[in-house]
Amino acid sequence: MANVPGNLKYTREHEWAKQEGDRVRVGITAYAQEQLGDVVFVELPKIGAKVAATKNFGVVESVKAVSDLFAPVSGEVVEVNGELPQKPETVNQDPYGKGWMIVVKPSNQAEWDQLLTAQQYEEFLAQGGH
Amino acid sequence: MGQIHYSLLCYPNGTIVDDLTVYRMGDARYLLTVNAGNINKDWAWVTEQTRDVKDARWRNASEGTGLIAVQGPKAEALVGRLADRDVSRIGYYRFERGTVAEVPTLISRTGYTGEDGFELYAPADQTEKLWTALLTGGRGDGIAPIGLGARDTLRLEMKYPLYGNDIDETTNALEAGLGWVVKPAKGDFTGREALAKVRAEGVQRKLIGLEMTERAVARHGYPVLKDSGAVGTVTSGSYAPSADKYIAMAYVETALASAGTELAVEIRGQAKPARVVKTPFYPSRVKKA
Repeated sequence: MANVPGNLKYTREHEWAKQEGDRVRVGITAYAQEQLGDVVFVELPKIGAKVAATKNFGVVESVKAVSDLFAPVSGEVVEVNGELPQKPETVNQDPYGKGWMIVVKPSNQAEWDQLLTAQQYEEFLAQGGH
Repeated sequence: MGQIHYSLLCYPNGTIVDDLTVYRMGDARYLLTVNAGNINKDWAWVTEQTRDVKDARWRNASEGTGLIAVQGPKAEALVGRLADRDVSRIGYYRFERGTVAEVPTLISRTGYTGEDGFELYAPADQTEKLWTALLTGGRGDGIAPIGLGARDTLRLEMKYPLYGNDIDETTNALEAGLGWVVKPAKGDFTGREALAKVRAEGVQRKLIGLEMTERAVARHGYPVLKDSGAVGTVTSGSYAPSADKYIAMAYVETALASAGTELAVEIRGQAKPARVVKTPFYPSRVKKA
């Protein structure tokens, strides 16, 4: 079973979201990187870009496939992981740590409550994850 | 006897039914190894093509045959330890019949990775035994099963075409760079006249190697651009782990096919710079005699 940290929230598209004060850090889950295989390319928005919950904010590519990245919450991008384009393999090595993708300043706090809890995400994975 | 050729089945217009390896099993006996996804299509094609040929008989051995490709620099030692013979004597694109792990095996020094190695043909009901013996026998060498994704990067680094991606019923053998397997002087074959005409007139487009000059993955179907105009199409593309580059194969207009030509690939609406390069993208390690 893939690692699902209890202190994070999740989307059905396999992103994780972490509350950090009034900001939300976003990445993809251990399950997602396992399914993708070796990540070879990551495309992220620029600082200041607006992202919308459930809409795509970037792209992650493995040898096998191209996958859109979906924002867990709406808001403004205030930080971008500038290491990832040069070291996309970080997403595989440390999906919940150094493999983070963006930090969003949320514009709609209610969206946070729509996200899956770790337990709900684990149940979702147990049912096949799609 | 013991010889193998990489070849093509062509349509009369010179486009491609399938690519395959042909084994010379006897004076007038041949084994054709086709793409698994094309077995039914190829069977229908070859039987139809030879319907009026006296004494031409076919047997579809697919169901009864397993094939394991053992590839890499340690393949010779591993297969050698398990075989009843000195496999180091089997040259590139040659085969012998023998046993491997006591399983009757056609031992073929071939593969589609650009590495040294063997393709082992065994009876379907003993293929699992052979598989297990290889994995066990190669454990100390770090042997590992690989999937099609990994295999795809290896063949792409060699610019080996993959049927359905780089070659198909819309591409002819010459534009695909496979003129060396459809030589008109070798005798009659389906598609010979059409290909002679293409050869005389020159190809309109060529399958070339592209290296992305910045990080970007070009994929099947993406447009190739020159000065914002479409000049071709990507047929395969990936990050290439051995070469540590982002590479692709594409058909481009013949005038733009020479190494060094600066082009671009349209990826999600953005033109990403690319350069035509010499291929293979990574040096072949096959054991040529």
